[in-house]
Amino acid sequence: MTRVGRIRLVVIIAAIGALEVACRTGLIDRRIVIAPSDMAASLAGILASGEINSDIVQTLGVIAAAVVLSVIFGFALGLLIHALPRVREVLDPLFATYYAVPIFIFYPVLIAIFGLSLVPILLIGVATAMVAMTIATLNGLDRVPRVLTKVARVHRMGRLATALRLQLPAAAPYLFTGVKLSVSYGFIAVIASEFILAPAGLGRDIADAYADFNNPRMYALMLFLLIVATFVNMVLHAWDLRWAERRGREPS
Amino acid sequence: MNREVASNASHAQLGGVTRIYPLAAGHSPVHALGPVDLDLRMGEFFSVVGPSGCGKSTLLEILAGLQRPTAGTVMFEGRSVMGDVPDGIGVVFQEDASFPWLTVWDNAAFGLRRAGASAAEVRRRVDDAVAFLGLRDFARAYPPQLSGGMRQRVCIARTLVLQPRLILLDEPFGALDAQTRLLMGEEVLRLWRRTSATVLLITHALDEAAMLSDRVGAMSARPGRFIEIIETGWMRERDSTIVREPAFAEITGRLWANLRGESIKALAH
Repeated sequence: MTRVGRIRLVVIIAAIGALEVACRTGLIDRRIVIAPSDMAASLAGILASGEINSDIVQTLGVIAAAVVLSVIFGFALGLLIHALPRVREVLDPLFATYYAVPIFIFYPVLIAIFGLSLVPILLIGVATAMVAMTIATLNGLDRVPRVLTKVARVHRMGRLATALRLQLPAAAPYLFTGVKLSVSYGFIAVIASEFILAPAGLGRDIADAYADFNNPRMYALMLFLLIVATFVNMVLHAWDLRWAERRGREPS
Repeated sequence: MNREVASNASHAQLGGVTRIYPLAAGHSPVHALGPVDLDLRMGEFFSVVGPSGCGKSTLLEILAGLQRPTAGTVMFEGRSVMGDVPDGIGVVFQEDASFPWLTVWDNAAFGLRRAGASAAEVRRRVDDAVAFLGLRDFARAYPPQLSGGMRQRVCIARTLVLQPRLILLDEPFGALDAQTRLLMGEEVLRLWRRTSATVLLITHALDEAAMLSDRVGAMSARPGRFIEIIETGWMRERDSTIVREPAFAEITGRLWANLRGESIKALAH
């Protein structure tokens, strides 16, 4: 582990320790925040009981589906728009302001159309995450060095081979940034949608525990999500670092 | 792989080649090049020098088949070249065209694999090219881990393994410092001597052109035309030490005498 990594770990452990001490000594009211050790103990109990297994599968499944669909359709849309400069001219301002619009205002509309099911949650997840992938794709394709097109012609490569063998790998770091953003947006959109209104899922569980003043359960579920999201991001970051080292660039 | 000295047989020809770039409505078209006539002899090392914007790179791209001329004919090995890169032509560009996602070895192997060469053939030719260009210790490295000069060698290796009969070099050392350029020039000379290729080098550097070439074509300011083509008379076995020869100073002086006025014109544009 690097020196910076060790310092980062010490800071996290110190913050958790400080919260533990503050909760144990009554500096923080335990009716508001419970001690991290209690969160962990509560989470261990919940996981051991298996009572949230179906919620875990559902929530993580919807997130995974939203991310996969966002990456596929976002990438395809990016390719299409990049090939149509006039369409891009029209859409660019919309992309620039897309995340200034709270997408969640459409959630009730989707529930009205599709009913209280997984479909509106999935659609909100895709709507939130897909544009990040589209923007990243456009960004990546814009930065493919023009000389690669000449190299492709010297090697007598067709359009498809040029796209797959040269343009795609050249744009890969930017596409990976899109994937990372899609994962983050997917998590946020799905959990938040479940929290607002959903038949089941971890977000719904947290909302129920919150409404019941069941702090141990609420914080345990929050801790679980925190651990999962951190793990996923760490894996993505590790991949990004490996690529960045090879390609002599800063990680995205 | 050693070959005979340059013969008088023609390898590639430009006949009355002109390139005019049409511009958007309200702007006059840009006459970038020509008319240009050039007869590249089989196996010679020919350099083109000229002021910025005189159409040197356009000339190279037309010869490579990367651009169509507005008028004129382009022939390579007796066949017309019109907008497609013919088999047997390799191009090294000024920009870094190495693939950062592939190792040095895989970069060099790229074209051969595309051409469907057998694994054994790929290994033999790539190992040979990588060793020849002094990249053996870096075969598993990625281009961003290398210097600019080494990345250009990677691009040269990628071209070399395809055994092109005509190698076009578009200011390949333009981004390198003067000392590295001299050494890279020696490597290109070694490469040229070893292969049976005809080489056309586009460069800004008069000393580089004078040192490397059998003939140097000096071009006018835009629209580029050849003002003079100078025979250097160098022996085939030569290296950068010829910069001490009185003839070297004479050739560069003559090139500068041709280009000084044209460069002033180009600056004024």
